[in-house]
Parts: sequence; C-alpha cells; structure tokens
Amino acid sequence: MKSLKFLVVAGVMLAFATPVMFVGCKGGASKADSTSGDDNTILGAGATFPNPLYSKMFSEYNKSTGLKVNYQSIGSGGGIQQLTSRTVDFGASDAPLNGKQDSALSAPAIHIPITAGAVVLSYNLPELKDTLQLTPDVLAKIFLGEIKKWNDPKIAAINKGVKLPSTDILVAHRSDGSGTSNIFTTYLDKVSEDWHAKVGKGSSVNWPVGLGGKGNEGVAGSIKQTPGAIGYVELAYAVQNNMTFAKMQNKAGNFITPSIASITAAANIEIPADAKVSLTNTDAAAGYPISGLTWILVYKEQKYGTRSAEKVTKMLKLIQWMVHEGQQYCAPLNYAPLSDNAAKVADAQLKAVTFDGKPVLQ
Amino acid sequence: METPSGNKGNRLKRSQRHIKFESFFRRLLSVVGLSMIVLVIGIMITLVVQSIPSLKASGAGYLWGKTWDPVADVYGAYPFLLGTLLTSFLALLISIPFSFGVAVVLGEYYPKGWLPDLLKNTVELIAAVPSVIYGFWGLAVLVPMVRTIEVKLGYEPIGMGIFSSSLILAVMVIPYAATLGRSLIQMVPSMLKEAAYSLGATRWEVVKSVIFPYTRSGLFAGVLLSLGRALGETMAVTMVIGNTSLIPKNIFSPGNTMASVIANEFTEADHPVYLSALIELGLVLFLVTVVINMAGKKLISGFTNE
Repeated sequence: MKSLKFLVVAGVMLAFATPVMFVGCKGGASKADSTSGDDNTILGAGATFPNPLYSKMFSEYNKSTGLKVNYQSIGSGGGIQQLTSRTVDFGASDAPLNGKQDSALSAPAIHIPITAGAVVLSYNLPELKDTLQLTPDVLAKIFLGEIKKWNDPKIAAINKGVKLPSTDILVAHRSDGSGTSNIFTTYLDKVSEDWHAKVGKGSSVNWPVGLGGKGNEGVAGSIKQTPGAIGYVELAYAVQNNMTFAKMQNKAGNFITPSIASITAAANIEIPADAKVSLTNTDAAAGYPISGLTWILVYKEQKYGTRSAEKVTKMLKLIQWMVHEGQQYCAPLNYAPLSDNAAKVADAQLKAVTFDGKPVLQ
Repeated sequence: METPSGNKGNRLKRSQRHIKFESFFRRLLSVVGLSMIVLVIGIMITLVVQSIPSLKASGAGYLWGKTWDPVADVYGAYPFLLGTLLTSFLALLISIPFSFGVAVVLGEYYPKGWLPDLLKNTVELIAAVPSVIYGFWGLAVLVPMVRTIEVKLGYEPIGMGIFSSSLILAVMVIPYAATLGRSLIQMVPSMLKEAAYSLGATRWEVVKSVIFPYTRSGLFAGVLLSLGRALGETMAVTMVIGNTSLIPKNIFSPGNTMASVIANEFTEADHPVYLSALIELGLVLFLVTVVINMAGKKLISGFTNE
C-alpha cells in the first residue's frame, strides 16, 4: 500500500511538471534546432500560398547545387513565430510583419519579395453571359451584407446591358486564417471606410455575413454548389479549376481582369527600401487591385547560435537565385514574376544582410 | 549429480526470483496506469497555463460574449459553445432510433446469419471510416439534399449549417451506441426472456419490459460514448457547418463549433492573446466533455441502483 501512495504522489508531481516542461521548451530547445542542422540543409517555414512555387524552386536549385531546403508550409503566422523563436533559418509570410510581430523579434529582420499573387472574386451566376464587373464600393457593400440581391441597382449601374438575376447573394469566405484573407481584407479596409470601421483587416476577421469554407477548395465548393454565390479565392486556384471571376475596377478607374501580367503590373510601383508594401489598391493604371507580394524573412545579422558563415552564404545565394533565375518557374504555376522595381529592392535588401557585421554578398 | 539440498536451494532461488518479478510487474502496471492520470492532469494544466493571457483579457465574459473578432481582440465563445452543444445533441437525437434499432435487431431478433453479420460488420465499419471522408460526402451529397429541403420549407437555401452537421455526426456516432447495445442485449439472461414469453408476452413486450429495463444503464453508456465523439468531432463538421461566428437563428443556419474554430484559426493565430483565446476554447471544450461525462456517470449509477 505504501508504494502505491508513493506512486500517486510521484504521479501528481510529474503531472505538474509536464506543462512546465512544455512551457520551458518554447525558449530553450528552439535555439538548438537551427544550429544543429548541417551546413547543407536550410530550414524554412511559413506561408502556404507560395508553397507549390517554393517546392519547385527548391527542387530545381537542389538539382544544380545539391543544397537541401526543408520548407514547412505551416502558415504565415507559424512561420513568423518560428523565426521569432529562431527554430528556422528563414520565415515566409504573405503579409509584412506588423508592429507587434516586429517588436517580438529579438533582432531586426528584413523582407525579401519573391513572387506576387492575386485574390479574385469568383461567382456562380449561370445565366450571366458577360464577365461581371465590380467596383470597390459595391464589393465592400456585398461583403458587408448591404447589397443583398444580384439585380441591385448599384450592381446594374456598373454592368450596363447585362441582365442580372434577382437571386439572393450568398457570400463565401475563408474560415481558416490565411494570407489570402489578409490580402482581401486589407484591400477592403483601404477602399471602404465602413469596412475599416466595422471589420478591419487580418488573416481572420469577424465576417458580417456569409459562409466560411476551409481553404480555397472550401470556398470554391460553396461557390460551385450555390447559385448566386460570390467568394474570393487565389488566382492560381481559380485558373486551375476553370472558375469564372470578375473584373475589378482599380484606383485609376480601369476594370482589370486578374492575370499574371496585371499582377506584375500592380507591383510596378515605387517599392519602399524595406519592401514592406501592400500592393492592394495599387496606383498602377494596368494593375489588378487585389494583389499582394509574398516575402521571405531573414534576420539582418546572421551570426547567431552556432551558424557558420558558409551556411549563411549558401542561404543568401539561394534567395538571390529565387529572385532572379528562379522567376522562370512563376508563370507556369500561375504566380506572377517580380516586377523590375521589386527585384531591385530585393537585391538591395539581400546585400544588407551581414554576418558578424560584415556584408555577406558582394 | 543433484543433492536434495541443492534442489531445495534452487527452489528457494526460483521463488525469490518469482517474488521479485511479481513486485516489479505490479509496480510496472501501477506506473502504466498512473501515467494516464498524469497525462490527463498534464493536458489540463497545460491548457489552463496557456489560457491565462486570454483569461486576463476577457475574464468570465469569454463564455457568454457573442462577438469573436480577432482584429479588435474581442473574444466571446458563446456562438461556438452553442454550436457545439446544438450539433451534438441534435445528432444524438437523430442517431438514437437508429442505434437502438440496430442493437435490438442484432441482439434479439436476428443474432445469427449472414445478413445480420453483414449488418454488424457494416455498422462497425461506419466507425472506422475517417471523418474527412464523411465531410467530403456531406459536402457533395448531403448539403445539396438539405438545400432542397430548405427551399421546400422556405428557409435560406444555403445547405451548409447546423442541421447538415448534425446529420453527418448522427451517422458517425451510430456505431458506438449500437455495438455496445447489441452485446448487452445478447447478455440478457434467457431465463428472464423465456419467463416473459411463457406468460404470453409478445416480442415487442419482451423488448420493452425485459430487455430495455435490464440493459438501460449500458444503453445509456453507449449514448454517452456517442455524445463524446460528437462533441469533439472536427473535420467533418468544419466541412459542412458553414463556419460563421454569427449566432445561429434556427437549425438550418450556418454556425460553428469550438473544435472547428480551433482547427481553422490555430495556424494563423498571429498574436499572443488570439492564440491564448483559442487555447481557452480548447479548455472550455475539455471541461464541457468532462462535465457531460461526469453527469452521465451519475445518471448511469442512478439507473443501476434502482
């Protein structure tokens, strides 16, 4: 009986110790990870949106140089967290770091744009022969639930000569936190004061109306099944699945069909030196307004842990290759290649990376 | 050559070894058993510790707050709590006639034969199908059917929502109550049944007055197992519930459950309070399951004492 009592006491003590061990892991074990890998393996984590492109780029790069890249597409938020805890060599995100995330980092990190994508408005109106046209104002009102029917005069006014049905509008949005939602809500937040006041921007927001679907496929499912549905998906997904999507009016007043060319055009604007720019509501006259860059994030000072200069050089050369030679893999996978401006900024950012205070790339 | 004394020594040694192994084995078993307690308490403590930032920020209002707004850092779990309870109990309600029906058919009416065997194996297979497949089937088949019903009844023709999820969940939980019910019904002493038959009772009267009273607590335990499964089911529900944080107006409205919110939003929860609010949601789900289980145990023991 005595030994049983001892076991109970030991067990309860262990139970209390377990969570403490878990909490402890967060800070401690993380540092070991990024340092323990060999010099020929680079660890990365982050955004799911560019994952197909990154996988292709990394496998091509591996063929020519033998460098292994282990990229975990766990989502932008997760990528930033892992970079913050220094468990990975680079993070990847669909949104630039916000103030809170920036201050959580122990050292400054830089943003290197790799590719651009767009979010398109797909709809299910079988009767409609022409392509639907949307203005920012109408789009915001639809997603706020203020425009409820397809034959609303506001929609009719921008689609002259098009016979619109009297069907109810069903809004479909992403239920999982995602960079796609972030680009979309950032756009609405910029173009509509009402949206800014009521909803705001983020990778998950409190949607005033509509159905949530998990992933692009979830939203696409709702759209395909429900006549009168409208929702947002990534361009690449919409193209691969032959979905119909609307033309959006941009800041210059032109109605733009989303395409690789119009996304690259959207990025053909003045890019700030830190590359932290949202392409949404772009000034470019030919640019599609709901576009966004996706970035790789690395620490500016690369000497931390037991990282070798050799490994750092290899990683930066890889990123440099992605910005230049790697761009050829964008278009076949429906990603938009970087604009010249964006590539220039990416180069400047890469050259600013230091190892022990000295620049790595010449 | 062995002397009698040597033999005796060997026996002594062996029995000593036996005793040693016996106590080692006992200790091993206790440790294995206790590690379960450690695991559950550990999970509980982890959840509580990680929920502290959210507990500080939202307080008790977390439970009945009606807004879930990650942008403004306002977190109220009420719509999800409601969604979880609604879908689970509705699913239970739908599944009980089927699971008890299957249990009685297999336990009493046709205990042997190839058709009952097929039925039994099929029901068991239902439990083995991965939930994502149910979600897929729900999305492709069930949702359009529910939409047709909604059009006929004059509700918004959405298809996805609380009702669709309850249907899917009902199918998923049938085997738990059915399998347990079947084996219990087969264990009803034939003496009792034969006595009832000899008094002129019909089959239905035997089921009603002998089998159900005799197996009541067991059948209820099966239902409880089903409920536990329904409360925590994530993937299939996420795919057909419509995932909105608005409070459902009727059973056809879209809604959301706690498990589904966690699965959806965990990966991109990018600020500490948000993450903590999601973990607190896990804690609430954990507690709801514990409370329902304990209440169920109380009810079962109430039945048996009668």
